[in-house]
Amino acid sequence: MSASIMTWPILSVVTFLPLVGAALLLMIRGSDAPAQRNARWIALWTTLITFAVSLILVARFDASQAGFQFVEKAPWLAAGIGYHMGVDGISLPFVILTTGLMPFCIIASWKSITRRVGEYMMAFLVLETLMIGTFSALDLVLFYLFFEGGLIPMFLIIGVWGGPRRVYASFKFFLYTLLGSVLMLLAIMALYLNAGTTDIPTLMQTAVPRSLQTWAWLAFFASFAVKMPMWPVHTWLPDAHVEAPTAGSVVLAAIMLKMGGYGFLRFSLPMFPDASHDFAPLIFALSVIAIVYTSLVALMQEDIKKLIAYSSVAHMGFVTMGIFAGTTQGVAGGVFQMISHGIVSGALFLCVGIVYDRMHTREISAYGGLVNRMPIYAVVFMVFTMANVGLPGTSGFVGEFLTLLGTFKVNIPTATVATLGVILSAAYALWLYRKVVFGALVKPSLASIKDLTWRESLTLVPLVILTLLFGVYPKPVLDMSAASVQHLVTTYAAAASAVKAAALVP
Amino acid sequence: MIQAIVFLPLIGALLAAAIALFGAHARNPSGDTVEHDAAHGHGHAATGHAAPTGGDAAVIHAAHDEPDAHDDHGHDHPVEPPAAGSRAAELITTGLLLVSAGLSWLALVDVGFMHHDVRIPLLPWINSGDLQVAWTLRVDTLTAVMLVVVNTVSSLVHLYSIGYMNDDPHRPRFFAYLSLFTFAMLMLVTADNLVQMFFGWEGVGLASYLLIGFWYQKPEANAAAIKAFVVNRVGDFGFLLGIFAIFMLVGSIDFETIFAAAPGLTGKTINFFGWHADALTLTCLFLFMGAMGKSAQFLLHTWLPDAMEGPTPVSALIHAATMVTAGVFMVARLSPLFELAPDAQNVVIFFGATTAFFAATIGLVQNDIKRIVAYSTCSQLGYMFVAMGTGAYSVGMFHLFTHAFFKALLFLGSGSVIHAMHHEQDIRHMGGLKDKIPFTYIVMVIGTLALTGFPLTAGYFSKDAIIEAAFASHHTMAFYGFLMTVIAAGLTSFYSWRLIFKTFHGTPHDQKHYEAAHESPYWMLIPLVVLAAGSILAGFPFKEVFAGHGVGEFFRESLKMNPHIIDEMHHIPVAVAYLPTAMMALGFVVSWMFYIRKPYLPVELANQHQLLYKFLLNKWYFDELYDLIFVRPAKRIGRFLWKAGDGTIIDGLGPDGVSARVLDITRGAVRLQTGYLYHYAFAMLVGVAGLITWFMLGGGGR
Repeated sequence: MSASIMTWPILSVVTFLPLVGAALLLMIRGSDAPAQRNARWIALWTTLITFAVSLILVARFDASQAGFQFVEKAPWLAAGIGYHMGVDGISLPFVILTTGLMPFCIIASWKSITRRVGEYMMAFLVLETLMIGTFSALDLVLFYLFFEGGLIPMFLIIGVWGGPRRVYASFKFFLYTLLGSVLMLLAIMALYLNAGTTDIPTLMQTAVPRSLQTWAWLAFFASFAVKMPMWPVHTWLPDAHVEAPTAGSVVLAAIMLKMGGYGFLRFSLPMFPDASHDFAPLIFALSVIAIVYTSLVALMQEDIKKLIAYSSVAHMGFVTMGIFAGTTQGVAGGVFQMISHGIVSGALFLCVGIVYDRMHTREISAYGGLVNRMPIYAVVFMVFTMANVGLPGTSGFVGEFLTLLGTFKVNIPTATVATLGVILSAAYALWLYRKVVFGALVKPSLASIKDLTWRESLTLVPLVILTLLFGVYPKPVLDMSAASVQHLVTTYAAAASAVKAAALVP
Repeated sequence: MIQAIVFLPLIGALLAAAIALFGAHARNPSGDTVEHDAAHGHGHAATGHAAPTGGDAAVIHAAHDEPDAHDDHGHDHPVEPPAAGSRAAELITTGLLLVSAGLSWLALVDVGFMHHDVRIPLLPWINSGDLQVAWTLRVDTLTAVMLVVVNTVSSLVHLYSIGYMNDDPHRPRFFAYLSLFTFAMLMLVTADNLVQMFFGWEGVGLASYLLIGFWYQKPEANAAAIKAFVVNRVGDFGFLLGIFAIFMLVGSIDFETIFAAAPGLTGKTINFFGWHADALTLTCLFLFMGAMGKSAQFLLHTWLPDAMEGPTPVSALIHAATMVTAGVFMVARLSPLFELAPDAQNVVIFFGATTAFFAATIGLVQNDIKRIVAYSTCSQLGYMFVAMGTGAYSVGMFHLFTHAFFKALLFLGSGSVIHAMHHEQDIRHMGGLKDKIPFTYIVMVIGTLALTGFPLTAGYFSKDAIIEAAFASHHTMAFYGFLMTVIAAGLTSFYSWRLIFKTFHGTPHDQKHYEAAHESPYWMLIPLVVLAAGSILAGFPFKEVFAGHGVGEFFRESLKMNPHIIDEMHHIPVAVAYLPTAMMALGFVVSWMFYIRKPYLPVELANQHQLLYKFLLNKWYFDELYDLIFVRPAKRIGRFLWKAGDGTIIDGLGPDGVSARVLDITRGAVRLQTGYLYHYAFAMLVGVAGLITWFMLGGGGR
């Protein structure tokens, strides 16, 4: 086990380092300009160092192993409930995505946040810890703490620094997610009673009785479906996005949505394979509805952020479909699609934030002809629009293609209807681009708008490079997750065929 | 060498893009503040370029000396200074393309005649489980032919554009797009697997989108660009499903593996929405759907005429010579599959033949010079598909090869006319131009002769071969294909000569433009000469290897031909062989009657058959139909799902409904708490009375 040769608990350091930054922020008194500046720099350095440390994980990660690595164990609450951390090929990409995106969030908030800067940065750093923890916890209770804890800072970020309808949006967000988590908590308790432990690796190998599988699957599903979000529990997302500050939207779209997909991969499939198999048609139906329904809705949006939010729901539909197809390509595609969507949707929200900071409106009709004054912005936005459309050569294509390919083998009608998404996504994404960027610049309010600054380019250019790099050479991500995905798919297929065999015996 | 052919255009594109970006950035300042100042209210023209720095200043002064910009370019604002480094971008991209074109001809000789097929693995791409996709360049004869077509036309179009785009301020961007397109097209034709082909496929789609929308201030150009992309995506929907189906059947998407496994797939079925379809037929139909989108075949053709909103060199390169032939190339590349699916081949013939006829009928009455040529392209692509359907793949490729020359010539010639007429495109406003621009006139006539299949021109050999193949084929649809292509040959001749007569003969209809008409600069004329030469010479020397007995040796493994078709083509009745030529002559005579001899005839005819005329003029009402059955319902459903689905039902029953109920209840509870002591006392009394009653009457005591 690689944990034994570890000299220091690297995963815990990555997880809790942001909390150290948050503690430093606590020490800053006052809200004058120097204090604000200090808060920004502390937050930026904290996220950068966290990212740097997390890269050590990548360097030392053994991609050929399917099991958990960097494992840390310590006694905690009770005999069966311990502090257990570790990552495998499925969770590590999400950890890196989180640590990698946080510096961008801080930089993006550099100028746009002027009220309660210290508290804002603190919320983000706490959120980072909770998100990394979610992806690296190997104990259900620990996972639950991180998973649900993330709600609180996000609730505050939307509720305090959000737009005019922030209270409505944050409550909607909170209510929806809370409903799911209560059910999940019940299921966790049931699993504990069943196996006597909440240790995730142990639970993965413990057979769960059929009836409990069904109920536990549904309870977990309630939580993850809201987080994804899947149709029809997606309506909190557009509102939350619209009201959240730019960086809040980025974190929400890029990372928090992925917790749902990660949950399906970590719990639903390995722990409840029979129930997953039984409910796969339900997931397929919901995914396909999400893809077609939300794409059509996106077509009619008048608010830039809402349009991107709806397109996120559609893209997450591909993920759930791929995951429950249970094929190598489907699951690997689901993981890749989530990483890619993290980069692309995060970048799209950054793009919106840039014009929002200038014009203070998100109405599509308030824009038009930006290319005349903002050529670099136009190029950057084009790259992400095309990635959103799933153009080959961008990272958006690889995930979409793999999930569809993986699903087609299992369920042709699902894959066929889902493929309609490629037509619809082109329609809404290009329509948005045309309305905002192309055309003559005739609106007087836009006459003196200026192109990207250095700070803004700094947030977007690395994402452009990643989008194109992973489009042409997705190997780093695919290879990192390949062994774990293969292991997951193999055990899932074995369990499913065992069920079939058992059904045939009598 | 192959790497150089493919990647030189990419290098050119990147360099030109960098020049374009630096230039654009220099003219548009950065900053995250917006001055909300009333003085800026009159639009960006006054402030837009207020901050030229350094080297730009000289360029801007030069720009002011230039003659007036053309409004038709879509620049409805004062002259913009040309981007710095325009000439450098032009020379870099054009130079690299010329090198690439030269190497392509070498490659054709090396691969086609010396039989040195190449396969160069570059990088792994998507690896997941049993799916192994790699970036690989594959050059066999079929690819080599395409390399020559693409690079030759592209380099000539680059050259031509230096002249044609001379007064456009965004030249570096234009050349970057052109080279990017060329790169994507080269990736498409050198693909070794379906996914890489799809990469090129979408890449050319992107470049086409960018180039159609090049004049982004024109609303029509933007609309046409989106339409092109979305309609192509409808085709891509099929293409993707085809790839998925192949992967499901074969477990690989490499051409070699697929072709090796194809014979074993006959007789397998796929359950597609309850329909037990023959696996190969269904797969081929899916893939053909992609081809229909890209090659603008009947039902998915609506984007091509609109694409004429882009600059004319783009129309010549993308929407005539290369990109639109990608569908034809795809069917040829997948010939080992199509040969095993005769039902799919019948469908291919049907759509090809229908398109050939249908597009030609629309071409009869159009008045925009570029749209006439566009419909002609559509129609000629239909011819190529007829050949593909009959299994005479090399013959279809022959027409693709010759068509690239004469159609690019016609487009660039039209561009020369448009340039001469100061961006007038309506042939009703032209006339008598042959004296003003004699050189353009001559090359246009050469192009028309080749297109209509005048004996011994390039088009004569390839088009007649297709009609012969359709006659000789034994497919169910073959006779329909033959009939339609013969009729279309007559129509083609008619509308092509109509274009020539109305543009170059007769009396000028717009004196002002006529007086000002001038011959184009050498940048534009040289490519015209080369293409005119190609339009004559591309036929006879290549006849044997494309449509004669040299086919097997030339194409070898790259095409899987219908084994008998070439022989049977040579044994058809003589009368049939002369039929297309007769139709061509007939079309010419009628056209001459209509537009030279008795110019009042067409007007009378149009008046007598109003309905038919309107039907053709409005392009069979396809745009209106699609708007009615796809676009508007999609919007209506979208709005309905948003307002009613998300708003009323989900939110209404979900969070909003729940919180509303909670509020109702609390409001009721609030109302109970009046604050009066006697209300509370009364409530307590009632409660106590209730409790006592309950105890006394039984329940609680036991």
